[in-house]
Amino acid sequence: MTRIFVPRDAAALALGSDEVAVALAPHATIVRTGSRGLFWLEPMIEVETPAGRIAYGPVEASDIPGLLAAGLLDGAAHPKRLGPPEQIPFLARQTRLTFARCGVVDPLSLEDYRAHGGIKGLERAIEVGPVGILDEVTRSGLRGRGGAGFPTGIKWKTTADAASDRKYIVCNADEGDSGTYADRMLMEGDPFVLIEGMAINGIAVGATKGYVYTRSEYPHAVAAFDAALAVARAAGVLGSSVLGSRYTFDIEQRVGAGAYICGEETSLLESLEGRRGQVRAKPPLPAHKGLFQRPTVVNNLITLASIPVIMSEGAQAYHDFGMGRSRGTMPIQLAGNLRFAGLFEAGFGVTLGELVNDIGGGTRSGRPVRAVQVGGPLGAYFPPALFDTQFDYEAFAARGGLMGHGGVVVFDETVDLAKQARFAMEFAAIESCGKCTPCRIGSVRGQEVMDKIIAGQAVEANITLLRDLCETMKFGSLCALGGFIPLPVLSALTHFPEDFLPPVHRAAA
Amino acid sequence: MPAYEPWTEVRGTEIIAAHADQEGATLPILHALQETFGYVAPEAVPLVAARLNLSRAEVHGIVTFYHEFRRHPPGRHVLRLCRAEACQSVGAEALGVHICERLGIDWHGTSADGNVTLEPVYCLGLCATGPAALLDGKPLGRLDADRLDAALERAPLERTFLERTR
Repeated sequence: MTRIFVPRDAAALALGSDEVAVALAPHATIVRTGSRGLFWLEPMIEVETPAGRIAYGPVEASDIPGLLAAGLLDGAAHPKRLGPPEQIPFLARQTRLTFARCGVVDPLSLEDYRAHGGIKGLERAIEVGPVGILDEVTRSGLRGRGGAGFPTGIKWKTTADAASDRKYIVCNADEGDSGTYADRMLMEGDPFVLIEGMAINGIAVGATKGYVYTRSEYPHAVAAFDAALAVARAAGVLGSSVLGSRYTFDIEQRVGAGAYICGEETSLLESLEGRRGQVRAKPPLPAHKGLFQRPTVVNNLITLASIPVIMSEGAQAYHDFGMGRSRGTMPIQLAGNLRFAGLFEAGFGVTLGELVNDIGGGTRSGRPVRAVQVGGPLGAYFPPALFDTQFDYEAFAARGGLMGHGGVVVFDETVDLAKQARFAMEFAAIESCGKCTPCRIGSVRGQEVMDKIIAGQAVEANITLLRDLCETMKFGSLCALGGFIPLPVLSALTHFPEDFLPPVHRAAA
Repeated sequence: MPAYEPWTEVRGTEIIAAHADQEGATLPILHALQETFGYVAPEAVPLVAARLNLSRAEVHGIVTFYHEFRRHPPGRHVLRLCRAEACQSVGAEALGVHICERLGIDWHGTSADGNVTLEPVYCLGLCATGPAALLDGKPLGRLDADRLDAALERAPLERTFLERTR
């Protein structure tokens, strides 16, 4: 029977891909995959034909009889026929290194994974050993994809050099920033790439145990990754002899419980150890004293998933992409009120304007774009006047923002930036771990001050107070939650001052 | 329907014991309790504390720190509606107002007929297909009032995601 690929990514499920798979099952062999990340076309199905795969989308279960009648199984013409997926402009413009297999392969088939270039990085890592791996990762220029942008090679070397009876690799899959879903997509669509990346990391630093800390809001990713772990263990990719080598490495998945702060690395470690996710003061760095006081590499999921391609294709091939000190590719996640929202992996350097207007096609609502928040709830709101900002760690920082985990949330002209600023404070108040005063108290006070501003009470004096409060939070907080919540607040105030005017003046502005 | 068991000390103790012998066992235990009973019963707190050699206050502190753990049994269905920025940009706030009015409850509340518990969630990673929600673990995307109402109407007939995958 003809093979048809139907995504099982949570976003595709949310749009009815299970129902599509059920409707197709009597007529074809169904292979469930991850998503290609073209979400306005989901559920997007692909039919295997002698001429390659042909995509159709967005497909609903009710479309199936008509599609079959039109010759779906031969890849025939139909209003929903999209042609070869690789030729869809949104996909054709990308450089997919980390996401090369996502949406293409059966996520739980190790044969598929190998056939598409997987495992080669791990084989090479075993061959070159710890020193060779550290050298390769350092030369690739890879920096932490969670947002802080710390050079991965240096982090690994610090842990490799620390003497200890036990060391750990911890993968931060607590992807809490709104507008981000790259971790989720990979766990559901290509989980072996994370397993391979972590195993390489373990060999590099001398760790034999890895933990993946996944957020509980991702039940499908949790299930998919646990299933992949079982396959990898059975095949000897994990275990006492990784691929038959002298290296031991195994991975266990742990699930968070709805606390945003646990995406902060020390808070994540506390949570893994079974406590409240309260931030630890640094030093000591986790690289020296992390999980259970042992040297620990804590890396973002995308950082670890970028490792296999660096090892298989070489540091230089990876380093050749990007700009300045931001090397390689970044999986950018286009989200919110956008016509063509989806995953766009590209070398660093693409501008915000290209992403929003050109690639993203403007708003889904059809109204003009008014603001874009990049980097999650702690990221700045940018107006179209800053759309020349390039995707690069330093370029975003220079404009008073942050790139974060690469989420881009687009808002149309109906957005009220004073309300968004208030939400930032409200969110910090809900999610503050409570350890330090500037964040715990400041976020609550910030919410109150914003309420007064929105109500038009002593606006000028309260804005002065708000700026002062933000200053205290920025410099006095223990971690990035309190430290960066001033970014969305102050950027809203700076770039959209008219939204903070008293109601009577606002209509005139 | 989520087939939650009623709380019993015997079952609770059994579940705690099954997960206690691992590093950092607290969260796995609390998750297992909630999966079985639908919430973390107050009666479970001293049992967890005794098994893990922690104080009751510490365990209480952990249960209340994490938003996900419930301390009361939920309704027959749990709707977790996203309230984060990406969903806000496509109308999640208005959708939240609508559903609160329809169910006659506020966030974290359970409808008077015991059918639906409404919980806020800050991001489900469905940010390109918002407004998004999880209804008994089943993802829903591009929601509007009509689609959400329809999903809730259908809910009593459908089995939950967790049940189907077991």
